[in-house]
Parts: sequence; structure tokens; C-alpha cells
Amino acid sequence: MSLDFKPGAFNDFFRNETFREDFTYRNSPAAIQRFPFPFDRDDYMYSVNMEPHVPGRKGSVFEHLLDVDEHYVSEMIDRARVLAEDPLRCQSLPHMTLAGWDTLELVMEAKARDYPQWFSLKKTGDRWHWINRPLGIEQSFTFLDEATLPCGPFEYIMRQTQGDWTLQDERDNTLWMDAGIATSQADWSADFDIGMNFHEWHAPVPLAHEKGIFDRALKFLLKLQHGAPVRRFNWTMTVNPLLDTSPENYPKWGPTKTSLTQGNLGGKQHLRVELQTLYRLPRSNAIAFDIRCYLGKFEELVTMPKWGRRLHRVVRDIHPDLAAYKGFLRNREAMVEWLSHYDDGLPTTPGWWPED
Amino acid sequence: MSGGAKLNVRVAEVVPVNELITRFRFVASDGADLPAFSGGAHTVVEMDDNGTRRLNPYSLMSSPTDRSGYEISVRRDDVGRGGSLFMHQHVTPGMEMTLSYPVNLFALDNRAKKHLMIAGGIGITPFLAQIAQLTHYGGKFELHYSARSKGLGAYMDRLTAAHPGKVHCYFDDQSQQIDLGRLLSMQPIGTHLYVCGPKGMIKWVLTTAEAMGWPRQTLHHEEFTAPGTGKAFTVELAASGKTITVGTTQSLLEAMEAAGVDAPYLCRGGACGQCETTVHKCDGTILHRDHWLTPEEHAAGSKIMPCVSRFEGKTLVIDR
Amino acid sequence: MKINLTPVDAPSIRSRPVYSALEPRNGTLHLIIADGEGAEAVIQVLAKAHDRSQMLSTAHVIYAPGPNGTDLGAELQGLGAAQFYRAPSIPALLPRLQRVLSDARMGTQFYLAGTEGLIGQAETAIMSYGFPFVAIQKEHRGSTVRRVQCVHCKGITENVATDPFKCSHCGLNLFVRDHYSRRIAAFQGVNIDAEDPGQVPESVVRFK
Repeated sequence: MSLDFKPGAFNDFFRNETFREDFTYRNSPAAIQRFPFPFDRDDYMYSVNMEPHVPGRKGSVFEHLLDVDEHYVSEMIDRARVLAEDPLRCQSLPHMTLAGWDTLELVMEAKARDYPQWFSLKKTGDRWHWINRPLGIEQSFTFLDEATLPCGPFEYIMRQTQGDWTLQDERDNTLWMDAGIATSQADWSADFDIGMNFHEWHAPVPLAHEKGIFDRALKFLLKLQHGAPVRRFNWTMTVNPLLDTSPENYPKWGPTKTSLTQGNLGGKQHLRVELQTLYRLPRSNAIAFDIRCYLGKFEELVTMPKWGRRLHRVVRDIHPDLAAYKGFLRNREAMVEWLSHYDDGLPTTPGWWPED
Repeated sequence: MSGGAKLNVRVAEVVPVNELITRFRFVASDGADLPAFSGGAHTVVEMDDNGTRRLNPYSLMSSPTDRSGYEISVRRDDVGRGGSLFMHQHVTPGMEMTLSYPVNLFALDNRAKKHLMIAGGIGITPFLAQIAQLTHYGGKFELHYSARSKGLGAYMDRLTAAHPGKVHCYFDDQSQQIDLGRLLSMQPIGTHLYVCGPKGMIKWVLTTAEAMGWPRQTLHHEEFTAPGTGKAFTVELAASGKTITVGTTQSLLEAMEAAGVDAPYLCRGGACGQCETTVHKCDGTILHRDHWLTPEEHAAGSKIMPCVSRFEGKTLVIDR
Repeated sequence: MKINLTPVDAPSIRSRPVYSALEPRNGTLHLIIADGEGAEAVIQVLAKAHDRSQMLSTAHVIYAPGPNGTDLGAELQGLGAAQFYRAPSIPALLPRLQRVLSDARMGTQFYLAGTEGLIGQAETAIMSYGFPFVAIQKEHRGSTVRRVQCVHCKGITENVATDPFKCSHCGLNLFVRDHYSRRIAAFQGVNIDAEDPGQVPESVVRFK
């Protein structure tokens, strides 16, 4: 499947921008205001930090179950390009088809409910009619019949959904990542990790195993119930607004880490925030894991004084093993220096909202 | 909220199936579709039994593809704590009730090359939903179902008519028994085995299979323990600063709830682990009745599952 | 990316396979697959059997010489298993394994012994029949050379001894991670000079 939609939908809301080559991606002032800044205090260490994924403040990225923002159309174009170059980025083991249908239903129902101006879903028994106006897609199909979609249900809906997703099958008291799509990932390979269990795919993460973080997180997730999704934040750093920081393409993007100067750092260095949400799926009993990526330039983030102060302190004080794992150890000093100009030493208020 | 998300439903049908078993159908109170579920899932039914709140888990037996309603079958237990009697005697069509979202502790392994199912008596209910699921989505299965007599073999006619050659029935009163050794020796690599029924049957099937070299990961069973009755006992709740008494037909979890303490739970049958609670002090004996804690944890006595386990002795202090 | 080369015997990460000594188990068929020094583990597990002749009479032994040339095929053949086959290489024994699996029954016990390459590829074949991998016994013997997949071009290089090494498919300089995929039956190789092209540390022999 190639580019199957006709994105004529760039308008006052959806931005026409790129995540490669000329990198024209940026956040509008409104998008900066609602950026999911992940630090609720001035330091950072791993924690399970899960909370119920319930609707949050109006206008925030939590307002709806799935956030559709100004980058939606451009992100979907970038995803289609990545998949055209490397189809291994989206895989579903044979027993995960039902979980793929569950995911398709979750996304379609949520988008049609929360964004009726853009999406519509009409059901007549198992005959479904789906309209995605921003991407110019209209599709009639039979729910649970793969032969009525142009590709498998998981890939079909993922080509219309922001965020990398993995689907976990539950067996033997652990979770198995048996399907997934990764085109905006923070340096992990879906192709390599598919088929692994919870502890295996987290194996390369330093420090957290020793702290029992993953044991506790797994115990929590195994009790995740349908109808009660949860969320947490994760974050890393990326040079340039590059969504596809895959290990596959590491030789292509790795050298950009050496391109930072104090002059260009504010525009090139991005805080990469992952809003991770987890859903128990009803028919398959699998768990869907959505890793939604938000990119914010340093120069955009420091327009919020509280965030400028805090980001400086977090980057300055983070454990070096974590900085190395997150891939920014070599640029950490330069980042601290650049950020220090936005930290006047005043105390910050708890919580992540910019105005508090 | 303890117990997770809830569903408001109305009783649509109450159908006697045989002298012991009655089937109930629930539809959403607002007329909408109910959430989809996976075969093997159960729901916890909340009952208001003349002021006593009872919450019992029952396997969903209706087709997972049917979102217009949920069906359960309840076997009457004349010497139990009263939940099944309440369902049989007081639940009538039109009644408004509350169910938990479906939770599955007995899911099919979708990678299996074949699903071999062994049911005894009322243990047939999760298999009805699983077979509907496999029939709809594809998957090879074979069911061996034993009941005390033809009259008590609920849904046998329906199953044998729909799946000739795949459903095999056995009757105790005709001295029929599954030839388990032969059955287990004939299954292709990649078969998973599922058993639900009386405790003795589950143990017989699992130990036979293990002795024949079946890996534990291919053996699945479901067993809900009714909380059971026992002597009344007193418990100190450290976190909430209360001391409560658990009545003879009440579970520790129910007693906490009655005292206004919001304790977590899911299955209320000792299987899911949600209500696991740390024991601060124990001068006496914890009567562990769950399937969640390991034998070592039972022996150590530092944890208790309040949904089914009880206590005899002088002092018990737990972290709630 | 900062690179710390981990010694091969260091405490490792959670995706690193775990091996332990083979133990005789109850079963209707004992499917035993080994290469190189793995033959010694096979001889030992048979010696431990409660009823050795019974186990041999229901055993099917498939063997290939190790990547270091160790060939104990004659010793294994001499055990007198119901079926024995010596293949010249791992790829040559896999079709026979597939054939045996195609009509194997539950109650079959699987014993894998030898190099990680042999164990991984046999395990993947068995798992594809829906059999749980944790119930497959695995004992690592002999060579520690690794089967490594290049995360960039996806080609697998067999018998990797040095770290870093040159991908035998795309030619990139790769360092060997302990991160292991059971599905692919390989460790992961990642470009070592991506951030600073041309700066490749000296190759050392880590796997023998």
C-alpha cells in the first residue's frame, strides 16, 4: 500500500510541514501553549507514574481520548513515506489480527465521537462506513473481514493515527509485543523487538530494572481493564524535528548530533515527549500501547518561563547513564549552557502547566 | 474506583435451563451496545440482598460478537452464602442491576494450533463464549463435556447440534468418563488445554497432562472460589484506623466495604490478585483460600487476599 | 550513542537468553538437537535418565558439527537412539526438524544443546508450531560465536567472533549488543561509527 490519500486538507488548522530534509516543522503559539511538558518538578528519575487516562483540561492534549493536533496531516504523510521505504516498520504476527480490529474500532469510535467535523463512522450491523476528511479517505468495509480493507486492520488504522503503537498479547503472566508500528520512535526497532515479552523489550533501559520499575509496571498493566485506560509520560531529546529516529536509519541521522552550536541549538534541539497511553482491548484481551510523540524546539519551550527554568535544571542534574541511554550525553553540556540563559534561579511551582 | 468501571444493566430474560441452572440475560439500561469481550471473560454481578451487598463473579456465556446483551448461567447452591439463591429467587425481568466490565482470567491462547476444552457441569459456561469466538474468528477446537446426567447437561443439545464431531458428552450416571490418557496422547504440537469444572476434575486433568509432558504454559484452568463461610473474626485496618468484625457468612472484603473502606478488587474469587493486602501483624492463623499467592507466600503469612481468605486467632492487622 | 562493550560473561540484560543444564523429563518422544560440544550435554542428560534405554528408544537425535569444527557425531550415533541423523551444518538439519515437527504430538520433549546459533534457530522452528519456548530445554555448550542481525540492512551474519565487526551484507561496522530476538534468533548489531563516521574502535575477539 502506498500513499492512498489525497491530502488537500492543509488549512488554517493543519500545518503543511516536513519532518525531513528541510525540516519545516514548528509549533504554532497555540500548540506551544498546549505542549505536554513532561516535568512536574525540577529533577527527573524513572517512575511508573501511571494515572487514569481520563479527559483533562479543555484545549490540553488530554482533552480527548486521542489527540488530533495541527501536525496530523503532515505526520501521516511522513508515516506513509517511512512505510514505503521500509515496510518492516509495521508488523502484526498472525494471532494479532483480532487485536488489530479492536484497535481500529477504538480509534474510529474515539475520533468520530470527539472530532465530528473531521471524522465520521456509520455502522449498519457489521457494515461500517468511515470518513476521514483531513486525509481525504472514505471507506466502506465489513468489520472483522480483512478482505474488505486494502491492508490489515492494524496497518489500515495506523496510517491514519498519530503515534507509534504496539499491541501486547497477554500470556503466562506477562505481555508479548506481537504487533507494532514504529515510524516516530525513539531509537528502538519494532522489527527486532516484535515477539518479545515485557522484560525483554525493555532490557536495554538502564537503572530501571534494578529499581524494580518494570516488575511493578507489569503487575499494574496485567490488571488493566477495558474501559479504564491509563497514561504516563516519557521523553528524550532529538536534533532536528525528525520523527523517524529509528535504529534502522541511525547512520543517516546519527551525524546530526554533531551539528549543534550555541547559535543554532535553540532551533535544532528538540525535547521529544512521549504521551504513552494504554488500553485493554475487548475482543482480543490484548493491550494497546500508544506512544504519541510531541516535538518542541528549545526556543519554543523557553517562551514559557517556568519551563525554561525547569528544563535547564533537569538536563543539568540528570544521571549520566540516563543521558547516555536517551542519546544526548555528548550534547548535554551545550544544552545546559544554552538553557542557563533562561534560568534566573527563581523557584518553580509544582506541576507541568506553564502558567501555574 | 474499586472494582473498575461499571455497567448499568436491566434484566431482560430469566430462563430456567434445568432443575439447578438458570440463565439470565442483561441489556444496557440506556439501550446502547454493551462493551465487546473475549471468550472466557467473567463479570461481577452486584446484588442488593435485603441490605446485604453481594458481588459474585460469573462467566459470560453469550457470544462475544453479540453486543446487544450479556448472558450468564447460575447454578443454585443451597448451602452457599446466598448469592446464587438470590439470583434464582429474587432476580426478575425488568430489574436494574450493576455489572463490572468484563475481565478475562481464562483467555484463549490465540497462537494455539488447537484448543482442547474439558468442561464439568456448570464449568461449561466460559467455553460457550470461547466456542462462539472461535466459530466466528476461526480456530480449531474440541470439547469434552461431562455432567451428572443428561438432564443436568446444560446446553449439550445446542452444542452437539452446532458442532457435530467436535463436542463429546459424558454422563456420570451412565458411568461414562473421558479417556484422558488417550485423549492427551493424540494432540498435535501446539495444542492448548483448557479445563473448567469441579476442583477434583481440574486437578485430575492438570496433573495427568503434566505427567504426560505437557508444558504448564499450555495448561489453562479457571476456578472461582466462593468466599465460603467460617467463624466470625476481628480485623484491625491500619490505614483507615478501624477495627471491624467479619460475620460468619461475610467475606473480609465485604466487611471492609460495609465499614466504608474502599478496597481494590476485581474477580472476588481469589484468582486475579487485585485485592492483595499486606499483613502487618498476625497472632493466629490466616485461612488462605485463594489461587493467587504462592504456597511460600501462604506459609509466610505476610499477605492476605480479603475476597476469599479468613482468619482464626487473636489479632490480625492489615494494611487497609 | 555511548558504547560500552560488555564482556560476554558479565551479568547481562533481560533479553539475553538463559541456559541451563538439560534434565530428562517425562515425554512420549524426546527430540534432541545439538551441534559441536552440545553432544556432551546430550550424553550427560541420557546418563541422568531414570530409564536410559526407555528414553533412547523414544529419542530422535539430530546433530551437526560445531562452527569450530568439533564433530562428536560418531559418539552420538553410538548411543543407539531410535533415530539418529548427522547433518553437515545447521541449515542442513532444519528441514528435517520441520518434518518431524509437522506430525509431532503434545508430550514431546525438546532438548537443544550447543551453540547459540543452533539453539536459536531450532527454537524458532519449534515455536512456530505454537509450542511455548520456556518449555524447550536449552544448554549452551562450546563456541560462543554469535549470530547477529544488522539492524540497518537486516542481513544476518553467522559466527561473529569480534566486536565490532563488519556486516557481511552491507559492510557497516557494527557493535554487538546483548539485546536478543528469539523471533529472529539473533543478537542485534548497531552501527558503531554512525555519529562520527570513520571512527571505528579496534576490533577485539569477544566470542570464541
